[in-house]
Amino acid sequence: MTTTTSRHRRLDRVRWWTYLLLGVATVVCLFPLYWMFIVATTDTATATRMPPEVLPGGNFLHLAGLVVDTVPFVQSLLNSLAVATAIGAGQAVLCALAGFAFAKLRFPGRNALFLVVVLTMTVPTQLSVIPQYLIMSELGWVDTLQALIVPGLASAFGIFWMRQHISATISDELMQAARIDGASTWQVFWRIAFPIVRPAAFVLGLFGFVTAWNDFLWPFIVLKSPERYTAQIAIKALQNSYDVDLGLAMSGSFLATVPLVLLFVLVGRRMVAGILEGAFKG
Amino acid sequence: MTATLSRASRAAPPQPGARKIKGVGERLSAYAYIAPFFVVFGVFGLFPFAFTFYVALFDWNPIGDQVFIGFDNFTRMFGDPRFWNAAGNTVSIWALSTVPQLLLALVLAHVLNHARLRFALFFRMSVLVPYVTSVAATAIVFVQLFDRDYGLLNWLLGLVGVEPVDFVQSTWGSHLLIATMVTWRWFGYTTLLYLASLQSLPRSVFEAAAIDGAGPWQRFRHISVPSLRPVIIFTVVTSTIGGLQIFTEPLLIATGAPLTCGAVRQCQTLTLFLYEQGFGQFEFGYGSAVGVALFVMVVAIAALNYLLSTRIKAD
Repeated sequence: MTTTTSRHRRLDRVRWWTYLLLGVATVVCLFPLYWMFIVATTDTATATRMPPEVLPGGNFLHLAGLVVDTVPFVQSLLNSLAVATAIGAGQAVLCALAGFAFAKLRFPGRNALFLVVVLTMTVPTQLSVIPQYLIMSELGWVDTLQALIVPGLASAFGIFWMRQHISATISDELMQAARIDGASTWQVFWRIAFPIVRPAAFVLGLFGFVTAWNDFLWPFIVLKSPERYTAQIAIKALQNSYDVDLGLAMSGSFLATVPLVLLFVLVGRRMVAGILEGAFKG
Repeated sequence: MTATLSRASRAAPPQPGARKIKGVGERLSAYAYIAPFFVVFGVFGLFPFAFTFYVALFDWNPIGDQVFIGFDNFTRMFGDPRFWNAAGNTVSIWALSTVPQLLLALVLAHVLNHARLRFALFFRMSVLVPYVTSVAATAIVFVQLFDRDYGLLNWLLGLVGVEPVDFVQSTWGSHLLIATMVTWRWFGYTTLLYLASLQSLPRSVFEAAAIDGAGPWQRFRHISVPSLRPVIIFTVVTSTIGGLQIFTEPLLIATGAPLTCGAVRQCQTLTLFLYEQGFGQFEFGYGSAVGVALFVMVVAIAALNYLLSTRIKAD
C-alpha cells in the first residue's frame, strides 16, 4: 500500500517544466501591459532607445496632460463608464428576469421561444452595421450613447446562463411556498429568486461591462463628436496625432486600461470562476 | 418553516377560481419578462440582419438616391480584386490566429488541471488579463513592440543578426502581427473554457492512468484531448465566426492608410473592406453586399469546421 501511494505520488507530481510553461505564459500575458506603462511614462527619445528602458520614467503627468489636451479624455472615460455600467447592470437584471420566466413559469410557447433565443446566438449581427446605422439615423440616435446602450441590453447567452442557474438553485417547493404565502410573480422573482442568483447575475454583468468597455466597431461608426467618444474611440483619435509624441496613444491606452485592470484585480477571481462553472461542462 | 407549513396547510385546497386568475397573471408576466429581449433583438439584431439582404440589392447612397439594381452589387463584387484580396487576407489571418491559439489553449488547460499545482488561481487570472485589455490598446502596444526601427522585437532579432522586419508594410508580416494580437487576446479565455471541461472529468481517471504508467504526454493525448472534443468544436466555430469579423486590429496598425490597412491593402480584412465601402465611400448597397458575402462565408466555414471536427471525433 505504502509503495503504491509513493509511486503514485511520484508519477503525479507537478514537473518543473509545468511551472516554466505557465511562467512563460504569465510573462507573455502581462508584459504588453507593463510595456504600455513604460512607454506611457517616458519621453520619445527614451522609449525608442535600445537597449530598452526597463523602469518607468517621470514623464507620466506630462503625457497625461497632453492626452487630455488632445481629446476630451476624462469625458470619454466617463462615457465608457456610463455605457458599460448601463449594459452590465441592464443585462444582469433583464437576463435574470427572462431566465426566471423560462426556468420557472409555465406559459404557452415556452420551449419554442427558448429555442428561438438560443438560435439568435448564431446570427452574426456585426455584419449588419449598415442597416443598424440606418435604423439609428431613423430614430435620431446617431451620435448618442443610447445607440450603444440599448442594443447592448439583449444577450441571448445571458438568458441561457441565468436560466441554467435558476433551474439549478431555485426549487419548485420554494416557488410554491412563496406563492401560497401570497407573493405575486414579480415578488417571487425580485424578493426570492433574484437574491439567490445574484452572484451569477453579477458575473454576467461583469462580462457585459468588460465587453461594452472594450467595444470598438459600433461606437466607431455611430459616435461623431469628440465629447461623445468612448475611451476606445479616444485612443483612435490620439493615434491620429501620432507624430506629436510616440507615447501619446500609449498613454491613452494605458489610462483606458487601468480601470479595467483594477476591476480585474478586485473581481477577476469571480470571472475565472464564472468561466470554469460555465455551460460547457461534460 | 413551521409557520410556512401551517399556513400552507391552511391555504389548501386552493379555490379553483383563484388559481385560474393566478395562471393568467403568471402567463402575462412571463411574456412581459421575456419581451425586452425579443424587442431589442428584433429591432437592433434580426431586422438589420434581414435588411442587409435588401439594401444589398440597391445602389444606396445615404444622402442621395436609392436605386434598385438587382444583383449588380454582387456581380461587381465577384469581379472586384479588392474583395478577393480582402477575402484572402481574412482567411490567412484567421488560420494564423486560430490554429496556434487552440493548440496553446489545449496544452495550458491540461497543465492547469493538475491537482497539485501551486499558485493555480494566479496563473488562471494571469491568462485572462489579455481578455480584459481592449483591442484598441492591444493594437497600440503591439504595433510599437513590432516597429521596424524602435520595436523591441526587431531589437531582439537584431541581437541574433536578423535584419529589421517591417511587419506592418509587408503582407505576411502584417498578417502575423494581427494574428499575434488575436492569439494573445483570446488564448487565455479559450484555455479556461477547456479547463472547465477538463475539471468535470473525475480526478481518479488521471490518477488511475498515472498508476498504470501513463506519462504526461499519454495522459494529455488519450484522456484530456478526447474528453475536450465537444468544447473544441464549439471554440473552433466561435473563433471562426470571430476571426472572419476582425476589424479593429487592421484599422489601427497601418496609421498611414487605416481604412485599407496599408497602401497596397496588404492587411485589409473583409469587415474593414465593408466599413471602407459603407462609411468611407458611402456605398451602403455595395457594403451590404460584402456583409452578405461575409455571412455566407461564416456559415460555410462553420459548417465545414463542424463536419471536420465530427469526422475527427468519429476516428
